[in-house]
Amino acid sequence: MENTNRSLFSGDEAIARGAWEAGCKVASAYPGTPSTQILENLVNYEGVYCEWSTNEKVALEVALGAALAGVRSICTMKHVGLNVAADPLFSSAYIGVRGGLVIVTADDPGLHSSQNEQDNRYYGMAAKLPVLTPADSQEAKDFTKLGFELSEKYDVPVILRITTRIAHSKTIVELGERIEVEDKGYTKDITKANLLPQFARGRHVLLEQRMKQLEEYANTTPVNKIIEGKKNFGVIADGVAYEYAREIFPKASFLKLGMVWPFAKDLVRKFAQGKKHLYVIEEVDPFLETLIKSLGIKVTGKDKLPLVEELNLRIVRNALTEKPTTFSTAADLPPRPPALCPGCPHAGLFYLLQKKDVIITGDIGCYTLGSYPPHNAIDTCVCMGGSITLAHGIEKAFKMFKPETAGNPDDKSKKPKRVVSIIGDSTFFHMGMPGLVNAVYNKGNQITIIVDNRTTGMTGHQDHPGTGKTLMGEQTKMLKTEDVAKACGVDKVYMLDPYKIKENRALFRQILSESGPAVIVSKQACALLVPRKAVKKVNVEKCIGCKVCLSLGCPAMSFQNEKSHINPAFCVGCGMCAELCAKQAIE
Amino acid sequence: MKPKITNIVCCGVGGQGVLLFTDILAQVAMSAGLDVKKSEVHGMAQRGGSVISQLRFGEKIYSPLIEETTADFIVGFEKLETLRYLHFLSQKGKVLLDSLEIAPMPVLTGALTYPSDIMERIQAQTNNVYVVDAFKLALELGEARAQNVIMLGALSRFLRFPYENYEQAIKENIKPKFVDLNLKAFKLGKKLIKK
Repeated sequence: MENTNRSLFSGDEAIARGAWEAGCKVASAYPGTPSTQILENLVNYEGVYCEWSTNEKVALEVALGAALAGVRSICTMKHVGLNVAADPLFSSAYIGVRGGLVIVTADDPGLHSSQNEQDNRYYGMAAKLPVLTPADSQEAKDFTKLGFELSEKYDVPVILRITTRIAHSKTIVELGERIEVEDKGYTKDITKANLLPQFARGRHVLLEQRMKQLEEYANTTPVNKIIEGKKNFGVIADGVAYEYAREIFPKASFLKLGMVWPFAKDLVRKFAQGKKHLYVIEEVDPFLETLIKSLGIKVTGKDKLPLVEELNLRIVRNALTEKPTTFSTAADLPPRPPALCPGCPHAGLFYLLQKKDVIITGDIGCYTLGSYPPHNAIDTCVCMGGSITLAHGIEKAFKMFKPETAGNPDDKSKKPKRVVSIIGDSTFFHMGMPGLVNAVYNKGNQITIIVDNRTTGMTGHQDHPGTGKTLMGEQTKMLKTEDVAKACGVDKVYMLDPYKIKENRALFRQILSESGPAVIVSKQACALLVPRKAVKKVNVEKCIGCKVCLSLGCPAMSFQNEKSHINPAFCVGCGMCAELCAKQAIE
Repeated sequence: MKPKITNIVCCGVGGQGVLLFTDILAQVAMSAGLDVKKSEVHGMAQRGGSVISQLRFGEKIYSPLIEETTADFIVGFEKLETLRYLHFLSQKGKVLLDSLEIAPMPVLTGALTYPSDIMERIQAQTNNVYVVDAFKLALELGEARAQNVIMLGALSRFLRFPYENYEQAIKENIKPKFVDLNLKAFKLGKKLIKK
């Protein structure tokens, strides 16, 4: 039965394969779960230039540039990345392409690894771009290829919207060969690619015409298909929601939408005709439901299905059938939240920060895990680069407090505190730099800590401008975060090794007593990238059970029989616990 | 009659090799000509957190996720995590578990205690429990990371795939220098189950 042309691919792997098969030659991205593996896979194919761009806006502009130079290009990002790239996204709809351009947005219903559950199908509607929503890896590959074709045929970038369940589920994919697409080359055309208002007006008219044509296409495309079943019971669904729906209602008629924007009005009207019961099953927002209802069609959807979290079989069954699945869970169990790894350099920093009476604005990265006990060290987490800017705003608000309330010792909320922002190296390059320049320009007083672990940690160790290596594996100029901070205008830039907790304690005291702005670069490579050193051990004779070492929050450490204990299977020998021990009980 | 689908939930702690376990088994099922879907989550969820991977195979699979109360097997690499996902088990389903205990952060910090009655609670729900001390055996083999393949060997006793499929899938998913060790681990696991 074995067929060598079939492979088990995640949605991310399938998109990479689809881009390669479609003859794509330029690919750009900023890493972000669940989209990261697309470029990590695509770079392994021959004939595609791939890069980690510094952020999603940059990535989309790189891909658009390549498309205007006449080659097929792809740009991938997580859902919130498209917010960063929204500026070029809207303009790219006006400009269109020469070589096909596919923009992948990987949404995260269920917030497996994100700060929100936004539904990026709306971006297609808002920016006037077609949106394809595959339901498994095969479709992820096929729709990527279709995206390039549509992009060139209709002269418009195409959004491919996947979700975590598509990106990280593996399903069987039929493999094809690469087609060689002829380079179209670059031709100067300022009426197309130069959005001065006088040209943009004309481009907008053309865009509206294209959307009309694409709506006609949506009504007839094979990716929007009717599956005949019961005459009077119909289900409309897209993406992975279709899979749940099809399993729960095997006998229903289905309208499976693979292209959700432009909206296939005529097809939906035709499908709805004569259906006594009509369901729309989709994840997160009522995107399709609102559109269906706007046609005057009665449909059951979010009145029964949740607006939050991803769907699954049980949720669909329990919301829409008479036979709910019931069960009880062991709700009283200790949770197992993700934690900083053993030897994580961030832990040494949080150990010191958790004791300070300061406000700490956090950012996006592993260090956000310092929000959990035992550190409880981070006040805010908003978006990429949001640490430095939020800190600045908080500071400025404090300055506006009236002196009489500021001085009220009973009202802690009105007592100004020092504000410290924490941002990772990759995040600093992504969107931290403009915030730092802003803080210098506008006379900020904050302390910014750049936790420079020499990689993009949370997404699984991608290179960035500070690592000296590109995605293609080439050596390149290494930008040092401390040099960039100085270039942003910060005069006080301090370097520290987060493992040296004793030294850092004095340094922190000094920096907090000075006025800012100041930058601390806390430099130590991610513990997962460093060879393990000799395992540490607790001398139970010397240990007095004071638990100071446990406040590092190291997963290798626990408290057993009134003494600290180090699990030798987890310890990486970083030595932070030994540094903290006043009794020299850790050897 | 409903076509037969096999549902397998594999769970444990980030870093234990849960995802590789289902990767290998998914490939075994595919090479037997079945439709396969497997699902898991990367990113934040992996940093020492609770990990679940779901595998389904049969003639035609729609949902990549398993519905609660329908898993034919729960393969638990850690005791607490096995209990956490026990509600996926079907009435006739089997539990294969490693009795290894890994304390989560709230237990390490002393805020909560590791439950002492996990085995009793699992056994209260099902008679089909197979305890496999895979982690211990893996340490004896000199490679803690072989725990997952020992578990796979144990599970293979309940599935109908030929050994060659496993051998092939192990070769394709594991670095060449660890293949022999893992084939040994697989066979070791197989011997642990007496039916």
